[in-house]
Amino acid sequence: MSNEGTTAGKFQMTPFNMVAGVIVILGVIVTILRFTGGLGAVTNLTDYNPWGIWIGFDLLVGVALSAGGFVTSAAVYIFGLKKYHSAVRPAILTAFLGYALVVLALHYDVGRPWRLPYPFIVQQGTSSVLFEVGACVALYLTVLFIEWSPTAMEWLGLKKIRGIVIKLTLLLTIFGVILSTLHQSSLGALFLIAPSKLHPLWYSKYIPIYFFVSAVIAGLSMVIFESTLSHRYFHDKMDETHLAESRGVTLGFGKAAAYTLAGYFLLKVIGVAADNDWHYLATGYGAWFLVELLGFIALPCFVYAVGVREKNTTLIRWAAAWTVLGIILNRFNISLIAFNYHLPASERYFPHWMEVVISVFIVTLGLVLFRFIATRMPIFYEAAGYDDAH
Amino acid sequence: MDIYTLQDFFTFTKGVIYILVIITLIGLAGFWRFLTERDED
Amino acid sequence: MTISRRKFLGWLGAAGLGTTVGSSARAAAKGEFSGFPDSFGVLHDTSLCIGCRLCEKACNEVNELPKPDRPFDDLQVLEERRRTSAGNYTVVNKYGTPANGTPPIFRKNQCNHCLEPACASACFVRAFTKTPKGPVTYDASVCVGCRYCMIACPFEIPTYEYDEALSPRIQKCTLCAPRLEKGLLPGCVDICPTEALSFGIRENLLKIARERIRKFPDRYVPHIYGEHEMGGTSWLYLSTEPFNEIGLREDLGTTPAPTLTAGALGSVPVIVGLWPVLLTGIYAISKRKDKIAAEEQAGAVALAAEQARAESKAELDKALEQAKKEQEAMVKMAVKKALEEAEEKQKAEAEGDAGDSGPSEETDKA
Repeated sequence: MSNEGTTAGKFQMTPFNMVAGVIVILGVIVTILRFTGGLGAVTNLTDYNPWGIWIGFDLLVGVALSAGGFVTSAAVYIFGLKKYHSAVRPAILTAFLGYALVVLALHYDVGRPWRLPYPFIVQQGTSSVLFEVGACVALYLTVLFIEWSPTAMEWLGLKKIRGIVIKLTLLLTIFGVILSTLHQSSLGALFLIAPSKLHPLWYSKYIPIYFFVSAVIAGLSMVIFESTLSHRYFHDKMDETHLAESRGVTLGFGKAAAYTLAGYFLLKVIGVAADNDWHYLATGYGAWFLVELLGFIALPCFVYAVGVREKNTTLIRWAAAWTVLGIILNRFNISLIAFNYHLPASERYFPHWMEVVISVFIVTLGLVLFRFIATRMPIFYEAAGYDDAH
Repeated sequence: MDIYTLQDFFTFTKGVIYILVIITLIGLAGFWRFLTERDED
Repeated sequence: MTISRRKFLGWLGAAGLGTTVGSSARAAAKGEFSGFPDSFGVLHDTSLCIGCRLCEKACNEVNELPKPDRPFDDLQVLEERRRTSAGNYTVVNKYGTPANGTPPIFRKNQCNHCLEPACASACFVRAFTKTPKGPVTYDASVCVGCRYCMIACPFEIPTYEYDEALSPRIQKCTLCAPRLEKGLLPGCVDICPTEALSFGIRENLLKIARERIRKFPDRYVPHIYGEHEMGGTSWLYLSTEPFNEIGLREDLGTTPAPTLTAGALGSVPVIVGLWPVLLTGIYAISKRKDKIAAEEQAGAVALAAEQARAESKAELDKALEQAKKEQEAMVKMAVKKALEEAEEKQKAEAEGDAGDSGPSEETDKA
């Protein structure tokens, strides 16, 4: 959607631009409907189903898939795995855009979006898990903005202030890990208050831990997934370091993802044991739980492992995409499919097409912004004159 | 102050804890600086 | 239920010495709270409810809610299962089928005004308050409209104004808190013609309910719904059929809602306290490793440079020597040539002029 200075030159009617254009037009129309007619005009939300895909997908999935930022920066700046350095900038950009769009999506979902700062400036509901989520997401979005800002500063030539921000790297990385641990897990903890509504197989005391661990997996997988796409579309933007390190990033992150998935799988099984939920496995919901457990946790874990052993990056990339799907499935299960399982089918929720439009619109905005930044700013290459470690 | 409900108790104690948590975060960062400031590096 | 409660009271009596020393029971155990003393509640004896919907009507009028599509005296409405909605704080539902011979049971549904409300626990702006008199009130002036309270409520009571574009509110029964302030009864209780609804201090209502169960053990299910559910509610229910069958879930448990999330929130200070220490530690270790590696590398580089220098010196020496040798060889060759020339000359001279020894002196000089 960018108009000038892209690699392609002026705005062109490429298929991407055309599809994106249509989605943006639809998105704008639904946005107008939402803010004139209320949620009732564009969503299938009811008093039984107050949260739909704007929470289940835009918030829960959006935040989980943006975990690559803290995972990658922690690996490089805290654990000292410098060979992954070229993966940091794309990951931070993905995370920053992800969180920014999560907050944008919330403006559609909540009744009075201009009151979103109220929990912090007007009245603090400290007993609420949502208070913690809100505080951490707000703070982490700020941290991500600062972590991302050197990119823009190099683009704009603000050498001095960039130097100051670079000095904060370690502090910001540690803050990022703390805030991410807190709110990734708390997104799961949101559902702890509703033991009577979430199916026992998904409701567990461990749910905050599941959310955190699966967010790490999502982050690792998204770095691989994003790199797959970037190699296809931004190959000409990548410098030699980036291209040389890319294979190592895929193998290393694939290995980490496989191992974390294995831990996650075992934790899920232990969760079933802890609540003695075995008998539910024989029910319909149990079958669906097993689909998630075996098909979207155990299977990608195994595919990752084979890919890593065989040094087969194609296999690892498939595993990454499959894992990302699995994370989406998990968040949908908890917020929509296994939630309100006790209600009759007539009272259950299915998204309105206009809800889907807004979700697609927001993802499209993310892609467009990513392309705008990646084609202009030093994301896949080191800017000339800034070769110090950033 | 009399607290009669668990809800009020949590609201109050969690509020105090949030303040302490912010102090912890800033305090630990500062203390690490104090610890390592004179390391020759 | 009643028996165990009596037993419990008996033990309290036995421990009387202890409790008289402390100012109140809530000071007895850490983290245990018994709620506001003398707070109000309503006892709903479903066996006395005739399904007249007068309470719905009164509620609508008292709270100035919009006129419903069908009038309140239309009892056909009872044939379908209804729930609370943005324009309807309370509904009466009919349970049980006349087909199996038992008469239908009517139950009024509205906010139960929990002693430890899930909505209040979930709200991140504290829009909900459990007031000392009993009602759980809602303050729309701070509400963001996130609808987490609706997720949290185990009784599925709070509703949302989905058709409001910019100022949607949560809507639910207030237990007529404004009327209580004026010394009036809640609208529904006030109008109820059959004493299916009794308003009073919750503790007294519990006594009344227990008394009814004791007097009519064949009539009532021996359980007061709301005494302990989700930590207890201000609304209490008596029923002649299992509560599950009149739309009240029996699987909610007795854990108060704030307890459900307290553990997860308790991990916040743990993470904030431990993570910086752990992460900085890992950073310091990896940095130290890097430093050692760098030093080793620097040492190796220095050694290599030294070796290179030594090697090049040897090479230079060798080259010098070579040059010297070559020079000497050249000199030798020159001498040899000169000698030969001299010899030839000598021979020639000898042939022409014998006995001259001059050329031999010349070779010595060279």
